[in-house]
Amino acid sequence: MASTDINIDAHAGHDHHDDHHHEHETNFFTKYIFSQDHKMISRQFLITGIIWAIIGVAFSVLFRLQLGWPDETFPIFETLLGKWGEGGKLNPEFYYALVTMHGTIMVFFVLTAGLSGTFSNLLIPLQIGARDMASPFMNMLSYWFFFLAGVVMFASLFVQTGPASGGWTAYPPLSALPSAASGSGLGMTLWLTSMSLFIVSSLLGGLNYVATVLNMRTKGMTMMRMPLTIWAFFFTAVLGVLSFPVLLSACILLIFDRHFGTAFYLSDIFINGEILTNSAGQIIEGGSPILFQHLFWFLGHPEVYIVILPAMGMVSHILATNAKKPIFGYHAMVYSIMAITILGFLVWAHHMFVSGMNPFVGSVFTLFTLLIAVPSAVKVFNWITTLWRGNINFTPAMMFSIGFVSLFISGGLTGIVLGNPALDIGYHDTYYVIAHFHIVMAMAAGYGMFAGIYHWFPKMFGGRMMNDNLAYIHFWVTFIGSYCIFWPMHYLGEAGVPRRYFSFAEFQFANGFEDLNVFISVASIVVFFAQFLFVINFFVSIFNGKKMKGLNPWGSNSLEWTTPADAGHGNWPGKIPEVYRWPYDFGKDGYEYIPQTVPDKDLKPITSSERLPSR
Amino acid sequence: MSFLGIAAITLVVIILFQISKAGEILGELGGEKESVDANNRFQANMFLGVLVFGLIGIVWSAVHYSPMFLPEASSEHGVGIQNMYFWTLVSIVPIFFLTQILLFGFSYFYRKDDRKTSFFFPESNKLELIWSLIPAVVMVLLVTGGLRQWLKITGPIPEERLEETLTIEATAQQFKWDIRYSGKDRKLGPRANRKMTAENPWGQDWSDPANQDDFIPTEIYLPVNKPVMVKINSLDVLHSFYLPHFKVKMDAVPGIPTQFWFIPTKTTAQMQLELDNPEFVYELACAELCGKAHFNMRKEVYVVEQDEFDAWAAEQESLYSKFVKPAKSAEADTQEQENEKNEKEEGIKKTVSSL
Repeated sequence: MASTDINIDAHAGHDHHDDHHHEHETNFFTKYIFSQDHKMISRQFLITGIIWAIIGVAFSVLFRLQLGWPDETFPIFETLLGKWGEGGKLNPEFYYALVTMHGTIMVFFVLTAGLSGTFSNLLIPLQIGARDMASPFMNMLSYWFFFLAGVVMFASLFVQTGPASGGWTAYPPLSALPSAASGSGLGMTLWLTSMSLFIVSSLLGGLNYVATVLNMRTKGMTMMRMPLTIWAFFFTAVLGVLSFPVLLSACILLIFDRHFGTAFYLSDIFINGEILTNSAGQIIEGGSPILFQHLFWFLGHPEVYIVILPAMGMVSHILATNAKKPIFGYHAMVYSIMAITILGFLVWAHHMFVSGMNPFVGSVFTLFTLLIAVPSAVKVFNWITTLWRGNINFTPAMMFSIGFVSLFISGGLTGIVLGNPALDIGYHDTYYVIAHFHIVMAMAAGYGMFAGIYHWFPKMFGGRMMNDNLAYIHFWVTFIGSYCIFWPMHYLGEAGVPRRYFSFAEFQFANGFEDLNVFISVASIVVFFAQFLFVINFFVSIFNGKKMKGLNPWGSNSLEWTTPADAGHGNWPGKIPEVYRWPYDFGKDGYEYIPQTVPDKDLKPITSSERLPSR
Repeated sequence: MSFLGIAAITLVVIILFQISKAGEILGELGGEKESVDANNRFQANMFLGVLVFGLIGIVWSAVHYSPMFLPEASSEHGVGIQNMYFWTLVSIVPIFFLTQILLFGFSYFYRKDDRKTSFFFPESNKLELIWSLIPAVVMVLLVTGGLRQWLKITGPIPEERLEETLTIEATAQQFKWDIRYSGKDRKLGPRANRKMTAENPWGQDWSDPANQDDFIPTEIYLPVNKPVMVKINSLDVLHSFYLPHFKVKMDAVPGIPTQFWFIPTKTTAQMQLELDNPEFVYELACAELCGKAHFNMRKEVYVVEQDEFDAWAAEQESLYSKFVKPAKSAEADTQEQENEKNEKEEGIKKTVSSL
């Protein structure tokens, strides 16, 4: 599918759709359920992602109840968790299950599928000028594998021995031995099954995004005229395609160790009063738990860039659009995304400095980890410069984009501390790390997701807008509240308080933070409920939202705003527009904005006397 | 209770509905443009206010909670680490303040003004170069400083201090630590997981004399100002040997021995004085999720003068005398009885044969 299909047949993009007639005959199932239209698929990813976000954040509220008020009984534990919350007390085994599930759900289902799945699907064809993805069928499969993965993970919450409880990082031998933890029984088997399906979903999506961006751009849309959203989605997909298979291999080897008597990760284990043997009576030996960690983090680190890059791309685009000023340093932004992608593959063992691996190996990873701070810093400075002398309209999306930059600064700087192995000795596996990754992932990436939803809601739901007032309250409560949750965790980390602790009462050095933990828990409850402002706004606006006036409510330059409000399959009813400029001509030559589809010859020159003074 | 809950939720929903309508109505009354301007002013003011109160809150809370941070490290390398952290903070804290202030400051100052237009400023290679090179230089300095420390910490104990090094073995399991000392011979005897039994709970090879004075105490005692080499292992799952006050942390990996050495510099008594807390005690914790009681793998650590350490060590009962000697003496008793019985039988046989 080359970019030359714009000039003739409006249906040229349907060559590869087997079952589509000229009249676009669809039934309920092919329109809403097994849709191959990228816009419908993006809505499916989004709504599924929102549901998982509610579940994942609810889990965190539950375990924050334990951490804030360890001596209290909460009837809700018994109501929701049955035997795991008997007498209103949270069973420590299930505390660890909640923590594990929270991490798994938020990182994979919400911030990967819910973020990339939604926006790559929605925006890639619309912003590059394509009718749909390179393979709409694979695209549909990518959603349904995600759905299936979700069903399996959801089922694992209800098994008798409990869901997986060895952390979202699933390190063996804890995750390999059902006798080591209740959740390492059936719950872990289901977790591995779910993750395998999820990885398939990610790969199907990622390959599609790469192929579409490389091959299906419309006439005039050179790579260097693509919006930064597309650059971000493109490199995110590259990261995923190259790193998710390694996680799959880690999971497969773990499945083998669990069920087929192999020793990839296990060696000389003494548990339950005896040495571990396989069914033939041979002592299981020779494996290395550190191998799993390498394989896991080979995905795990690129995964965090998979989470943050789409948010960065969207924030760049939204900041420019609402400041009515070009994103500063477009080329530098592209090269920094490229640098982050490449370096992102070379830093994984900074999660393993004290894992027992060779310290010299750690040194190599230190170098690359601190290097990756450079392109990240460049991006922050460029975002701030974009605002300088702009003319800023504070739409809800703009609020979350500015909030994103604030959080990325805060979380990114502590990354520099943790990347130093000597300092990491003190901070590894403490609340300092929890503060760092929540600020960059839960907050920054989450804010990018909110910004994208508020901004592109009209594109997803027939030209309707979300309610502004609820949005602003949502922003401020979330912004202030989430800083209240995670900033204090740095102090816990400075006191050396370890992570994944059910209770802090047993250790003198972890004592004394009762008030702070109450503060954090209260903030987390408030922020959780504030999200319902968003959820209600979202679902009600789908049906009742004010329709946008015209086609381009934000005064954006990119192609997605040139389709009709209720764009059907194929996006543009007629020809796909041709592109004549980059997407960031804001405030140029006296024009507030110049869409990409407008050639220079169509621009009426604005004389300098007519122009408004610049800031 | 549930009626109140339903009433509360209904009230909240009504409030939300009213709030969502309020903006629209105000907009219609005052005109679209005016309401947009009013909103922009309001949000800009909020950014400024939140910036000021936020930064004050951050500074205040840091100052307020800093007495609860870990005190000056009680190990030689730990002090070096804290020094490194100080210089790292010197690099990043000003950046934090500068960028947050510019971010929120620009948001406030450049809120939309319909009489003006934005300044078309798409790029500047000079600026990009400046703010790529400066962070790069700072990172290189942090990397070299950090690696120098790291390689020293993870490198060998200096030759001249090997003689006085105390080597202990820390074995982790669900859910406790056992610390084995080498006794007078200063050698830890060989052991193996697969040799562990009820009679030989540590799987020690008793034929090797090095094992015969090894002991496992209930608390960890360490002599001050002498290097300690901790040999770390695990029986079942991953754990992590974590001494927060000494800046010591190393995973305990089943199947792969790991190690960490350090030099404690402050006795427990000294810390109790310094912190004005007679209850203070150093603690060993687990720092790698290992199951349901991960949060409860505690051991107390006492750093004492050499003579007190020696006295304490002399009092400890060795594993050999705990497990092998009683067994051996019971065995010896039965063996003696067997010998006596055999001799009697032999005697009878001789007597009979001589008849």
